[in-house]
Amino acid sequence: MTIAFPPPDEAILARRDAIIAGLRACLPADCVIESEDERRAFETDALTAYRKMPLAVALPRTTQEVAAVMKFCHEAGVKVVARGAGTSLSGGAIPQEDAVILGLAKMSQVLDVNFADRTMRVQAGITNLAISNAVMHEGFFYAPDPSSQLACTIGGNIGMNSGGAHCLKYGVTTNNVLGVTMVLVDGTIVEIGGDALDAPGYDLLGVIVGSEGQLGIVTEATVRILRAAEGARPVLFGFDSSEKAGECVAAIIAAGIVPVAMEFMDKPAVEICEAFAHAGYPLDVEALLIIEVEGSDAEMDAMLARIVEIAKKHNVKTIRESKSALETALIWKGRKSAFGATGRVADYICMDGTIPTGQLPYVLKRMDEIVKSYGLRVANVFHAGDGNLHPLILYNVNDPEEARKAEAAGNDILTLCVDVGGCLTGEHGVGIEKRDLMRHQFTEAELHQQQRVRAVFDPHWLLNPAKVFPLDGRLA
Amino acid sequence: MSEIITPKTEADAIAFVTEARAHKKPIRIEGQGTKNGIGRPQQDAVTLSSRALTGITLYEPAEMVIRALSGTTVKELEETLATKGQRLPFEPMDHRALLSTTGEPTVGGMVASNISGPRRIMAGACRDSLIGVRMVTGRGEAISSGGRVMKNVTGLDLVKLTAGSWGTLGLFTELTFKVLPITETSITLMLHGLSPARAVEVMAAALGSPYEVSGAAHLSPSIDRVAKTLLRLEGFEASVVYRADALSKILAPFGALDRVKGDASEVLWRNVRDARFLVGSETENVWRVSIAPSKAAAWLDKTGALASRWFMDWGGGLIWFATHAPDAATLLRQANAEFKAHATLIRAPLSVRANVDVFEPQSDAIQKISMGIKSAFDPDGLFNTGRMSAGL
Repeated sequence: MTIAFPPPDEAILARRDAIIAGLRACLPADCVIESEDERRAFETDALTAYRKMPLAVALPRTTQEVAAVMKFCHEAGVKVVARGAGTSLSGGAIPQEDAVILGLAKMSQVLDVNFADRTMRVQAGITNLAISNAVMHEGFFYAPDPSSQLACTIGGNIGMNSGGAHCLKYGVTTNNVLGVTMVLVDGTIVEIGGDALDAPGYDLLGVIVGSEGQLGIVTEATVRILRAAEGARPVLFGFDSSEKAGECVAAIIAAGIVPVAMEFMDKPAVEICEAFAHAGYPLDVEALLIIEVEGSDAEMDAMLARIVEIAKKHNVKTIRESKSALETALIWKGRKSAFGATGRVADYICMDGTIPTGQLPYVLKRMDEIVKSYGLRVANVFHAGDGNLHPLILYNVNDPEEARKAEAAGNDILTLCVDVGGCLTGEHGVGIEKRDLMRHQFTEAELHQQQRVRAVFDPHWLLNPAKVFPLDGRLA
Repeated sequence: MSEIITPKTEADAIAFVTEARAHKKPIRIEGQGTKNGIGRPQQDAVTLSSRALTGITLYEPAEMVIRALSGTTVKELEETLATKGQRLPFEPMDHRALLSTTGEPTVGGMVASNISGPRRIMAGACRDSLIGVRMVTGRGEAISSGGRVMKNVTGLDLVKLTAGSWGTLGLFTELTFKVLPITETSITLMLHGLSPARAVEVMAAALGSPYEVSGAAHLSPSIDRVAKTLLRLEGFEASVVYRADALSKILAPFGALDRVKGDASEVLWRNVRDARFLVGSETENVWRVSIAPSKAAAWLDKTGALASRWFMDWGGGLIWFATHAPDAATLLRQANAEFKAHATLIRAPLSVRANVDVFEPQSDAIQKISMGIKSAFDPDGLFNTGRMSAGL
């Protein structure tokens, strides 16, 4: 528990009743939550070690209602923390005592589907999976697929610029959103981008995606949808060492093949997932790769044959090609249940650094040393094609000393990622979790430049203010 | 012609900007100036060019990442990538033929204008492949954003914000891209004689198929007598043939599909990429219009009478529009307002560019934010000020 929150503004706390009355003037009765019991559901997100009770919770149903709430909060000088489904692993949606939670849960509609333009207009509170589900009957899908896609919202995805397992081919959120409706801090409603492939002027959408609720409240989005390939099929490779697996990944890319996904699991992760999912993963290997290709049956056969040939040159120990939809589902079930399965054997914190893939063997070795030096264990699952690591550090949440050590080990791993040329977060966002490490990646001039851009939208630090930037040394 | 300063290092660039800032001296930012004719006229005392900041500083083919100093030519970057069978995914346009300019396009200029060619519909725009920038701001500070890894959400994404800012926010010094393998082969399917509406329909059917169309363009009869609709497939030989067959079956109701291969196919797409169909007459103003494809035909219904020549790329999402009408801007922008499109004047004499908005005017709220962004990077308005709009 080493991450600090700014001390709450006593003057705001003292005006709580008046602020709630103000929110009630903007919204119907069932859209404002004030009782302690009901607020408790909003006190944390997926970074559950940290909790703060919000001042109140507003759950508007329309962009106009969001605008009314923002206008009121702006005039009253009240801080606002936007919230989708509260699945942030970096604490991006954790409130503070003097802030109103603005939840988009009631705005979850599909507004328009345009198959000819391959776009969709949705409200920000719709879940990631519901977007794909709405167009699946025509063979289309929305590409970014974070592991939490069943629960997480597109608004949260935009806030964190979420990725997923298939972004090697399809990109992340920023590559798949064309426009948003956003409510500015003072309640002004603006349209950014639109339904064309580019927009005039500065790429404001580019800076809004990934801004962690600090530039405005996104209420609607136009996203790109894609026609799914005729089929998709994974192959599973087991290797004697992670170096060999890493070399195989590099060789596949060097051969001009970009598979739709390349997932890596180390031995501890394989053991945990196999015990849970019974996916038939080999238990006598040090590293496992799941590589998926897309296309017609003939195309996939040809592509997989090339990939298998490359793997053989790199001394692959186990090869399992999926022969059926059932087998494909099973292979993915193991990987996709990694977090849940790990949660059954121990508490864990999930890190999210990215490294240049060439540094993989070195970083795996160093991570193991780091975690062992704290007397803890680590399991690794990650997106091998793009170097986005998700080490799961196992610890006991009820042991404060272990919790402190797990957090320290996580920080060491993230600084290692930066030191080898990578970054602190690949797809989970900075939130509060990595806020105090930002100086390891950015110079003071760089942090100030980002804050100047932030100040264009929110000069008084009202929007999700405890996040992203270290609390000290901020530009006023 | 103003004086040209060509720093060889970032430190030299910082020293120059710091000095210019002290004297509030307005600066034109450029690479080799191949796109100088785009934008509103600027008042500048001196040109700061990246052309001596050259060299590829990192290339990791196995990671599909390349980094170069901003004055490196696009040609050098692409040649280096080709030695390892890779390329920039977004197929950047070369403006020299259209604008009758000389010099070599630089990597910095490519990013500053966020130019993307036909493959944009499948592989994303320049800004989507750009994963790291380093620049000197109007404060005379060097800052980086992004990095060399393709998944990175650390802090505000100034990479995207500065891509396409036309040199108004700073001088890029170094840029990093993710790249893709060069595909083994390509086939272009060609249909003849379709109306704009029918062409957009066939392109939408192709792009909405599972067959990974990497180019969808339509040349009107003003380009080549009979309208031609082009659909490109790229990949491994067997896969391309399979997809061409499958697509031909689906699209048969639209007419016969000819196949163009090899050099002929490549030349076609280079001409689309560079808008070479509109090269020539200097009295023709050339507009580039972005629109949702399904509205393109209706937009053309409103404006087509003004066009001397036009063609569509991006499945109808991009319209290249040449006109002799000096006052076309008014009508085009009326149509843009109706269809939520936007237009940029790419080729026109200075006198025209001085009197019309070269870039689509923005709402007051967006313009206010944009002015704030400009001032956050360039508080004294030193860099290319006025190129995009008054004060920007």
